[in-house]
Amino acid sequence: MKRKTQITSPAERGWLRQWIPHPMLTVMLFMLWLALINRPQPSSVIVGFLLSVSIPVITRRIWLNSPGLGRYGVIAWYVVMVLADVIMANIQVAWLIVCRPNRSLRSRWFTVPLDVTSDEAIAILAATITLTPGTVSCDLSADRRSMLVHGLDVRDEAALVALIKTRYESRLKAIFPC
Amino acid sequence: MLSTALIIGFLAVCAATVMNLYRLLVGPTMMDRVLAADTMVINAIALIILYGMQQQTNAYFESALLFAMFGFTSTVAYCRFVLRGDIIE
Amino acid sequence: MPFVEECVISGCVLLGALFALIGSFGIVKLPDLMTRLHAPTKATTLGLGSLLLASLMYFYQLDGVFSINELLILLFLFLTAPISAHFIGKAHLHSQVDPEIELPPTGRPCGWSTYEQTSVGDDDGRPAGDRGGDYRGELG
Repeated sequence: MKRKTQITSPAERGWLRQWIPHPMLTVMLFMLWLALINRPQPSSVIVGFLLSVSIPVITRRIWLNSPGLGRYGVIAWYVVMVLADVIMANIQVAWLIVCRPNRSLRSRWFTVPLDVTSDEAIAILAATITLTPGTVSCDLSADRRSMLVHGLDVRDEAALVALIKTRYESRLKAIFPC
Repeated sequence: MLSTALIIGFLAVCAATVMNLYRLLVGPTMMDRVLAADTMVINAIALIILYGMQQQTNAYFESALLFAMFGFTSTVAYCRFVLRGDIIE
Repeated sequence: MPFVEECVISGCVLLGALFALIGSFGIVKLPDLMTRLHAPTKATTLGLGSLLLASLMYFYQLDGVFSINELLILLFLFLTAPISAHFIGKAHLHSQVDPEIELPPTGRPCGWSTYEQTSVGDDDGRPAGDRGGDYRGELG
């Protein structure tokens, strides 16, 4: 975080960008290293700094483009909402598994048309669908505009699709500008 | 009280692992077996955590993390093998 | 250890073990692979999350220091569980399912990407416009 405030002149920015191509990745690697150590000491801070600076430089060719993130408030709210939904969905699925006989489960495939187009948004939407309301995402259409989802107990397909679209996809569309 | 809860937890997770073993042995398709193995890894992580709590030591978390990583990697590698017929292209 | 904390920790352990048991029971009970896939991705993930929470509180009681390793395992599991479920489902589609009979239409002029090898789903298939702006300043 401190490094970012040091960016002042455009010339210096170019030099800094050479060595820290992805500031967010650097910060996250540093924090991940400290979390792995669990009891940070000065030496581990130094090693973590070296690693978090060198890894983005070495793997620069893998990171094609970084998604332009903004709106941290929306992201935080999305994470909290998904966590609450995960717990609810878990209880619901556990109830379905234990208390319902197999033949009364109406499990079926259905298609969710997608409005989001960026890769990151689609990936996060797929993960959210898998973790939350009794559904597992399995495939994308070849042009990436619709998603194949399997539901464990689907009563009203249109309502479920509408729920996914309004509750998750609209928020993801606000997070990732297309 | 906590020690009783830990013992019940051990029993429940062991029963879960036995159920996974059943699916691993019986499972009609190949992907059933992969799914059972994946769940077994998660149950093994649960056992490691419970054991760490019972022994009052922090030393097992690295192994739990390694289990999580290798379980995920092996599942993805196997599925990729089924999908593409090759793991590293 | 205080009584209330012990109660909470024991409750978390029992809840986690119960969810792990239900997830594995679902693997045995449910009729086919796609329904079986629901059980471990959801129930087992929450079960392990609850166990890790119990462990976090327990070691906080014991040492008075937060150990972040548990949160790291939890984060890793929540990130990877959907991916492995997605891969297992996709491999199942590839090896077992007939797309003409069992799957719904895509609603698009093309089919599902598992069955169409010449899709845009490959790594370099995107239109060049999507790639623009390689550095948009993640920190704002």
